[in-house]
This record gives sequence, structure tokens and C-alpha cells, in this order.
Amino acid sequence: MSTAVATPRATLAATPAVSPSTQYLRAFTGLFVRDLHVLRRELGPFMIRIVMNPLLFLFVFTYIMPHMSNSAAMNPTASMASATGVNFSTVLLPGLMAVAIMFSGIAAVALPLAVDFGSTREIDDRVMCPLPTSFVAFEKIIFSAIQSIIAAAIVFPLAYYIPSTPVYAHVTSWPFLIAVVVLASLTAGALGLTIGTAVKPAQIGLIFGVVVMPITFLGCVYYPWRALAAIHWLQLGVLINPIVYMSEGLRAALTPTLPHMHPAMILLMLTVFLALLTWIGTRGFIRRVIG
Amino acid sequence: MEDGIVSLRGVRKVYEGKQAVTAVAGIDLDVREGEIYGLLGPNGAGKTTTISMCTTRVLPTAGTVHIAGIDAVRNPADARRTMGVVPQYNTLERACTVAENIQFHCLYFGFSKADAKARTAQLLEQFHLTERAGAYPAQLSGGLAQRVQIARAIAHKPRVLFLDEPSAGLDPQSRIAMWEAVQRLHTEGITVVLTTHYMEEADELCDRVAIVDGGKILVEDTPAALKNSVGAKTLYELDLREPSDTLGPILAALPHVSGVEQTPRGLRVMAEHADGLLPQVVSAASGYGLRDLSITEPTLETVFIRLTGRDLRE
Ligand SMILES: Nc1ncnc2c1ncn2[C@@H]1O[C@H](COP(=O)(O)OP(=O)(O)OP(=O)(O)O)[C@@H](O)[C@H]1O
Ligand SMILES: [Mg+2]
Repeated sequence: MSTAVATPRATLAATPAVSPSTQYLRAFTGLFVRDLHVLRRELGPFMIRIVMNPLLFLFVFTYIMPHMSNSAAMNPTASMASATGVNFSTVLLPGLMAVAIMFSGIAAVALPLAVDFGSTREIDDRVMCPLPTSFVAFEKIIFSAIQSIIAAAIVFPLAYYIPSTPVYAHVTSWPFLIAVVVLASLTAGALGLTIGTAVKPAQIGLIFGVVVMPITFLGCVYYPWRALAAIHWLQLGVLINPIVYMSEGLRAALTPTLPHMHPAMILLMLTVFLALLTWIGTRGFIRRVIG
Repeated sequence: MEDGIVSLRGVRKVYEGKQAVTAVAGIDLDVREGEIYGLLGPNGAGKTTTISMCTTRVLPTAGTVHIAGIDAVRNPADARRTMGVVPQYNTLERACTVAENIQFHCLYFGFSKADAKARTAQLLEQFHLTERAGAYPAQLSGGLAQRVQIARAIAHKPRVLFLDEPSAGLDPQSRIAMWEAVQRLHTEGITVVLTTHYMEEADELCDRVAIVDGGKILVEDTPAALKNSVGAKTLYELDLREPSDTLGPILAALPHVSGVEQTPRGLRVMAEHADGLLPQVVSAASGYGLRDLSITEPTLETVFIRLTGRDLRE
């Protein structure tokens, strides 16, 4: 230690000066690597989280129900689907993917943030990294988007194997599908950030009833948006729900035989919601971590 | 005033809300490179708020904050490279081991993976944590967790280390271990700024101490100079059965007595020397229901009481 005493400066040379963009990129990468590491460690719970919802849905609605008599009578959507010449499994596929994407955003961002702000304050050391605070929020969104993409992909094999009637998916445009999945996943992360920073940590349990359930059930997940034409006020009302554009986008990309919104409209609205929610969420994040 | 490595000018913080709280009411402060600087004050004095403004976590309502010459308000991302921070609470990542906590911290600051590993191993060694490298924070005692937090905070070789209430909740043994760790960093040349409401800690550890109360610095000096400012070498704390107005002047008239103060339990006699004074104090006070008497030296607590009329713990 004597050398250190003699030349204190030598031990204090802070990390060598680099350009801000390199500094930010490295810090950002560090945050990302940390998140990956933690996710890998919690792979089991993660898999259960993303598989359970689509698994049960497909099992009940496309396996159990069709095995019961009168299923169409009990399930108006199924009869509507058959009226359009497609079975309900096919209607459900894009919807379940949208739900998977949205749930992942909540589970990957909103819930951990509530725990962080409410009690553990674990995020402190990450906020203190040499990066503008908004980038710490962006990292959360991007990492959450990756989980959303995995969650959406998981729905495919499930939808292939579980339903008793085959699913007709047909991708006419891969770029469009990729654009929709990426935009929807980022939007879900931004939604999670907005919820996680706007809701009081102690009340985070309430958001399932107050936010998650309504936006799912009114998100054109189990029925195409066009089918709402009979209830005109609702058809207009749900347009403020970002989940609508996620499920419609996936419907347009995967099951184009079903009625869906115009693709350009879908991409535009997803972009608008992504920008809006990122802005609100990041502002909320900064307000939470900087007094 | 020459600019220190930590330099605050006219810093104020008002928390807006239903009732606006002025947590910091105008602080100028300069910490010299290489010193251990303490902010000593009671609960709610504004210590955490002051430190948080230095560490970019609270935006000042007014004033400027410079850390190692970098404007911490305008350029927080750069300022963070020059500082290590141990907050008042345990903020270790629960999902990561001790070693991973330090390693990821290094990555955030631009270390390569190999460098981060090497630096982590070195810090674990230095802080006697090598055996606990694979433990999770939940498995650590408060003292160990605190050590990991300090190790993590200095992992990127900052020039200033901020410690907010570093010994809060620590047992005496862990507290001494923490003091030793801080002193060792001090000998390596790092500047340390800490807050505390333990006067022993400020006295023992700090080169200079600022006594804060109500969001202001009341005095700032070395612990020795602060204690000298009391103007007495020896204090007699008299515990009296009932308060008396006449005893005070009698005691004040004794030789070498520099002052007499009222205390909640009786009187405090301050003397420049102790030679032969004790019997005189006792005989003077015995007629006034003297129950007990203790002899002490001035402490930073005495300084605080003289400045504010209150106890540090009140
Ligand atoms: N986020 C906040 N919002 C509103 N008021 C706050 C906030 N943080 C602190 N305060 C108030 O500011 C004042 C100073 O608080 P601060 O935490 O800086 O004191 P402290 O000296 O660190 O006290 P302690 O020893 O309890 O940690 C207190 O009156 C406190 O109630
Ligand atoms: Mg405090």
C-alpha cells in the first residue's frame, strides 16, 4: 500500500477519458448485459410467465370448447369467425400474440419498477451510471421489447400444436410483420414504463384490474376491430387503446384473410403510441429517480 | 474561497408539494482534495438532500454544484464518473451475487469484461469479501452489505466518495470496520464526504466537519477547533434535585470557571482547568440537592447544543 500513499494520484486516475458517445454506449451495453444475466438466471419463471396465458387460452377455446357440442352457439366469436370462413384458432393467434407482447411489457418493466421504487431501490446503482438518465429508461424499454418478441414467438408453436382445428397463418410481407412486432414490443415496454412510474408502488396490484384487463378485453384481441361495427361508439372508443393496433397489426401480418385495419394506419398509430408512451414514461422515470 | 473538489455555491433546495419544505436553505461548501469531510446534523437537517444534490440525484432549486470541476447539474453523466456513492439504504442488486454487483458496476463505467473481473477480485480481497463473493445480498449481515456497497462505489476509481449515514444501523464492531475501510481509502488519496448524526463518528473520522441544522451550515472546522471553540477543557454536568437560580452565579464566580449553563437535569459548569475545582463545585452544589456529577470533555455534541440549544438526537 506504501506505493499508493506515495503516489495517490496514480490510484485515482479515473477511467480514461473517452468520447461521450463511447462512454454512453459502454454504459448502455453494461446495463443490457446485466439485464440479460438476470433474465438468464430467472429463465424458468420467465418461461412460465410467457407460456401460461397463451397455453391456457388455446387449450380452453380451441381444444376444450370445440370438443363440446354447440360450441359455436356458446361462443359468438367462433360463429363469427366461421362466418368469415376461418376458425377461431386463427382469430385467436394474432390476439394472443398481442396479449403476450403487452403482458411482457408490464411484467418486465412496470412490476420491477414498482418494487424498485417501493422498497428495494436496487435501480440506484444503474441510475448512477455515467449515462443520461433517460437512456436508463430507454434501456428498460428495449430490453422489455426483447422479452415481448420472445413471448410473441412462443405463441406460434403453441397455436400449431394445441388447437383441434388447424390455424391458417400466412405471412404476405415479412418486413411488415417484423415492423409490427418490433413496434408493438417497444410500445409495450413504453407502456410498462409509463405504468410503472405513474402508479404508486403500493397500488401496482390494482393496475391489473384497472388497466391491464380493460385494455386486453377492449383491445380487439378476441375479435377483429371491423367486427365492432355493430357497436359504433365502442368501435371509435377503442381507438385510444394501443393494444388495438398491436392485435390488428398482427392480424394484418399473419392472418390477412381476417378483416383488419389498413396496414399504413396500423404502423402510424403504433409509432404515435410508441413516441407518446416513451415520452410520458421517461419523464415519469426521471421524476422518480431525480428529486 | 478557493474551489474545492466538491464545491457548492448558494445551494438551496425547496421540495414543492402541498406544503413546500425548504430542506437546504443556502449552503456554500468546499471540500479539499484528499480530506474526509463530514456533515454532522440531526434528523431532517438536510444532510441527505445536500449529498443528493452533489450526487446528481436531486436538482437544486438554486445554486451551483461542481464535482472535480464538472458542473453536476448541467452535466450529471460526466460528474458521475468522478464520484462513488453509498446511499443511506442498501441498494445492492438482490438478483446478483456480491461479485456480480461489483462487476456490473465496472461494466457501466466502461471496463472491459476482463478488467471488470480483475478489479472485482482486487476489491473483494481489499475489503475481505473474497469468501462471500458468491453470496447474494440477502445472505449478508448489515456490516458486510455496507462493505460491499463501499467496494462497489469505488470500483470505477472515483475521486470523491460520498457516504450517506454510513454507520446507520451498524453494530459497533461493523462500524469500526467501516471506519477503518474509509480511513484506508483516505490514505490512498480519495476524498470522502460523509453525513452522520453520530458526533463520535464525525470526531473520529473527519478532517473537517460542518455542523448543519435547518438546511444551513452553522459552523465548519476541524473537530479539535470546534471543540476548542467551547472555551473550556472540562465540563461538570451537575444533576440537581430541583432547579435553582442562585447556584449558577455562585459556580460562575469560582476560579477558572468560564461559564455555567442550564441543562434539562441541572447545570453544566465549563472550566478552563480542572485543578482543585471539583471539591469546590461539589461543596457549592451540595446545598442545592446535588444528586450526581459527571466530568466530561467538550464534544461536538456540546458544540451543537451551544449553537442550537438542542440535542443532536432531538
Ligand atoms: N423527497 C422529498 N419530498 C419532500 N420533502 C423532503 C423530501 N426529502 C426530504 N424532505 C424533507 O427535507 C428535509 C431534509 O431532509 P433530509 O433527508 O435531507 O435530512 P437528513 O439530514 O438527511 O435527515 P436524516 O438524518 O433523517 O437522514 C426534511 O424536513 C425532510 O422531511
Ligand atoms: Mg439522511
